[in-house]
Amino acid sequence: MAGAALPGRLNWLIARATEIIEETQRVRSIVLDCPGWPGHLPGHHIDIRLTAEDGYQAQRSYSIARPADDEEVVITVELVDEGEISPFLIEDLRIGDRIEIRGPVGGYFVWEPSRGGPLQLIGGGSGVVPLMAMLRARVRAGSDVPVRYLSSARSHDDLIYRSELESVSSEVEGVEVLHTLTRSKPPDWTGLEGRVDRVMLARQAWPSFTRPLCYVCGPTGFVETVANSLVSLGHQPSRIKTERFGPTN
Amino acid sequence: MDNERHLDGNALAGLFHDVFGREMTHECGCCSHCGAMNQLGAAWVFRAAGDVVRCPNCESIVMVIVQNSDGFRVSFESLRWLQISA
Repeated sequence: MAGAALPGRLNWLIARATEIIEETQRVRSIVLDCPGWPGHLPGHHIDIRLTAEDGYQAQRSYSIARPADDEEVVITVELVDEGEISPFLIEDLRIGDRIEIRGPVGGYFVWEPSRGGPLQLIGGGSGVVPLMAMLRARVRAGSDVPVRYLSSARSHDDLIYRSELESVSSEVEGVEVLHTLTRSKPPDWTGLEGRVDRVMLARQAWPSFTRPLCYVCGPTGFVETVANSLVSLGHQPSRIKTERFGPTN
Repeated sequence: MDNERHLDGNALAGLFHDVFGREMTHECGCCSHCGAMNQLGAAWVFRAAGDVVRCPNCESIVMVIVQNSDGFRVSFESLRWLQISA
């Protein structure tokens, strides 16, 4: 599949890591410089391919975390203990290393400010990554689309992009950020507690009569619960986009 | 059906690109079993030795993609039509 660029083919490109940001103990963002990158929309993902010395190849998809900026592609990766790719990306990858990527793909799950809102973003664990690209695009464009961002994490230390979200929610008008913690919470926690369910969505999400565009991303069970609850609260299935990334581990 | 395991059609975006030569996740298909029309990105996907794409409404198998030494073998099962935008 590598080699000459064929029309209609999604070609593998060589990307170089230029910056690594430790987001939490198990999550890091990797800034890649990718010559020839065609650009992307918020919500798009890429395929990453690693090749071992014996020729064995492993491939996995990762959401892009930031809106397009020249030939830069930023991913945020969570460590999956038995994963084939994430342990390398989290534990071994260094600045200057090169990996193969292709994309962008997944145009079903994209949002850009011109699509309007209100925008309801609901993410479980590292499911917040494509949603963050959407929120960052909204902020960067200076759009006035009202946004509610709801994330679910096990503990306060597992919240990804925490400080950036704090400043966005306090400085940017029209953006509300809410977190719910499912396992442990700090003593002074004032956010939400427990798993996202119908009751929480009825209180915290945009009501269905405002006809929000809903983007839900996370482990399959999480997405299933959230999407079904939104439908039962009267949201139009056609305005709910989901991205499931498999069972929780 | 094991509701904890499946992914969305969007997860196959790269594979669809290999098979169809273009972005397919926003294209719409019609299930020949129940008549539901959905974007491929919204279908249910089960990944194993091959990739099984099911209708999100009735769970019928609409497409199976298997990679073999010559490329890809695609079977269209409960797929009445697939719209491919110009």
